[in-house]
Amino acid sequence: LGFELPKEKYGGRIKEVAIGATKEQGGTRSRRLVAGGSNGLAFHSFESESPHKPLVVMDVVDTVRMVPERLQESMGSAVNDPVEWARKCEGEWGADACVLKLQSANPEEEDRSAEELESLTKKVLESVGLPLLVYGCGFEEKDAKVIEAVSNAAKGERLFLGLAEEKAYKSIAAASMANGHGVVAFSNLDINLAKQMNILLLDFGMKPENIIMDPLMAALGMGLEYSYSNIERLRLGALSGDPVLQMPMICDCSCAWNVPEATEENPDRGQAELRGIYWEAMTAYAAVVAGADIVIMRHPRAVGMFRDAVADLSGGA
Amino acid sequence: MPSPTFQEVRDVPTAMEIYKLLPKKNCGECKLPTCLAFAMQLANQKVSLEACPYVSPEAKSALEESGAPPIRLVTFGAGDKAAQVGDETQLFRHDKTFYHPTVLGLIADDAEGIDAMKAKIDAAHAAEFERVGQMLRVDSVAIRHSTGSADDFVEAVKIAAARELPVVIMCEDAAVAAKAAEACADRKPLLYRATPANLDQMAELAKGKSLPLVIGGTSSLEELSQMADKAKKAGVTDMVLEPGDGSAGMVLENLTAIRRAAVKSRFRPFGYPTAMVLGASTSDHMKAALGVMKYSSIVLMEELPREMLYPLLALRQNVFTDPQVPIQVKPGLYAVGEPTEKSPVMFTTNFSLTYFTVRADIEKSKLPAWLLVVDTEGQSVMTAFAAGKLTPESVAKAIEDEKLKEKNTREEIIIPGMVSRMSGKLNELSGLKVSVGPRESSGLPKMMKSLSG
Repeated sequence: LGFELPKEKYGGRIKEVAIGATKEQGGTRSRRLVAGGSNGLAFHSFESESPHKPLVVMDVVDTVRMVPERLQESMGSAVNDPVEWARKCEGEWGADACVLKLQSANPEEEDRSAEELESLTKKVLESVGLPLLVYGCGFEEKDAKVIEAVSNAAKGERLFLGLAEEKAYKSIAAASMANGHGVVAFSNLDINLAKQMNILLLDFGMKPENIIMDPLMAALGMGLEYSYSNIERLRLGALSGDPVLQMPMICDCSCAWNVPEATEENPDRGQAELRGIYWEAMTAYAAVVAGADIVIMRHPRAVGMFRDAVADLSGGA
Repeated sequence: MPSPTFQEVRDVPTAMEIYKLLPKKNCGECKLPTCLAFAMQLANQKVSLEACPYVSPEAKSALEESGAPPIRLVTFGAGDKAAQVGDETQLFRHDKTFYHPTVLGLIADDAEGIDAMKAKIDAAHAAEFERVGQMLRVDSVAIRHSTGSADDFVEAVKIAAARELPVVIMCEDAAVAAKAAEACADRKPLLYRATPANLDQMAELAKGKSLPLVIGGTSSLEELSQMADKAKKAGVTDMVLEPGDGSAGMVLENLTAIRRAAVKSRFRPFGYPTAMVLGASTSDHMKAALGVMKYSSIVLMEELPREMLYPLLALRQNVFTDPQVPIQVKPGLYAVGEPTEKSPVMFTTNFSLTYFTVRADIEKSKLPAWLLVVDTEGQSVMTAFAAGKLTPESVAKAIEDEKLKEKNTREEIIIPGMVSRMSGKLNELSGLKVSVGPRESSGLPKMMKSLSG
């Protein structure tokens, strides 16, 4: 009646995807990151190998309009200036990479031009050595222009451009293919849609090693359970050998700060700022326990909490 | 999916296997003509083995064993707030569901003195939050004997046992634990814990008082399985396994191994719920989150700061939501901000996610509004519309039921852009002007600002 640890062996493996290019690789980044590579469930080191730790990409939003007030107070004045914000991420806050979210392109709000945003991206690239992801504002026509300009201006840097969606992916895919960048493929909380999105990009001519999947991370209390199970299913599908699901996953956990109950004043639920930090850290933690390879986060203290927890999961600091 | 379902792994014996174990007297006392007929009904779980007066004790235990659930359901505490743990059948919640939410307990240690312990007992009982119609709470109080006096310890156990929450008696000295158990055996406390050093005494105590017992303090899972086996042979029926501490990675490995062994391999010594005991550091808080997601039935913690507790309870609620049954909010007319009879009115469905998203977007406008939540049995706008659960009729009925026209004189309702097709009919039925809102609720602040401007 002896006990034997029941181990699982899977046939599939997550593809390794490189983000950013150093001088030798044709860019100007100080490092190249690699995501993915695992052949088992997250942190199951007793039966599988995961050559790369989960990456933390920190948010840089180019308009304070999109930064929740609680976060503005908590993170200080850097949030008013994307260049300064990116510098903080690289220095003090220890991000692996940044995602520059060009929300000010929004034609119904600031409506900043592609040229302005191209020069902002250049400035960020000059100011920090971190690999960079660049997202548009979500308006298809405008994003086509903005992302194309950004892509051209950052040739060779191996940015990841986003978000490619089922109804709007061609311009982003074309912009990335033209200059050696990658693409973040977004799908709305559904394993079949995630697969469909990857197929569309592959059919369009993109190489799998240039695709990262964003299966939509719903924050804690806002449907986290749907995302948690969706990520688990995506990961199991990839491990069981479906090549179209073997791209690394990125989960944007910055949404935790948009959850009212995470940040509203309610002394019964403890101090609001710290509650928000736990909210984000636990959202990101759930994402990687389910199988995410990369998380996008906002608050430096949540990042610290998350990193310690991941080190603990990886077998000690 | 690579994970087999419960039905596939559950080795329920066939009718022929059962028949071999029956007395084959064909006496008919079970109300079935033959033993074979009885065996067939048993295999389909239509009758109970109790109906056979002649079955041998050996056959009985063999049959009960093979028909038992992969993880035993263990109850501790008494009354409405008794804690139930175990009886899980899945490795992944999407394969069916997780049934029994992780029980959270607050530890009161006698090193802190009796007053501090009393304060903690109070604190555990006070930690309750309402969230989407459910009460979220700390579920138990653990009284721990460490360096304080045994008398204080027993006194605290008594005080805790007189309250509603289930009690965990944390004491490895079997004599002291016996005193504490004596004081509250009728409240069915959980005994913590049998270790390799005190297994015999603790097993005897648990058996004598019919109390559930935590097994732990081992250096390996192999040793833990041997102890569980030994405790079972000593007559302990309800056990909880504590695979030991270490890094979060180790915790994940151990809990995964136990769950897999129980559910997939039907390894009997691990067919019990699990527990972990944590300290008060931030890394312990994150380990608690891990325990909730990855198979810990009970998590006992030294401190439960509310900034951490509330998100942790929300996480537990999320993870233990049945994937087939969406969380719903109560249908009705909700005030966002402090709306007046002139404030705009909009509607959405009672799927909690939809409601929260819409509400948050309205709040972003910083303008007051009325939000009418229509009962769609927890479906989102598009799903409910497609399924005929969100119709002009159901919206008109909600307007009527909530007496909207008495509370608001605007005579207008904003409808989700996705269901613009119901505009005409809704106008006809309700008599209200129907304005089509944005397709995504993120567009609401802009629309509301233009309405007020």
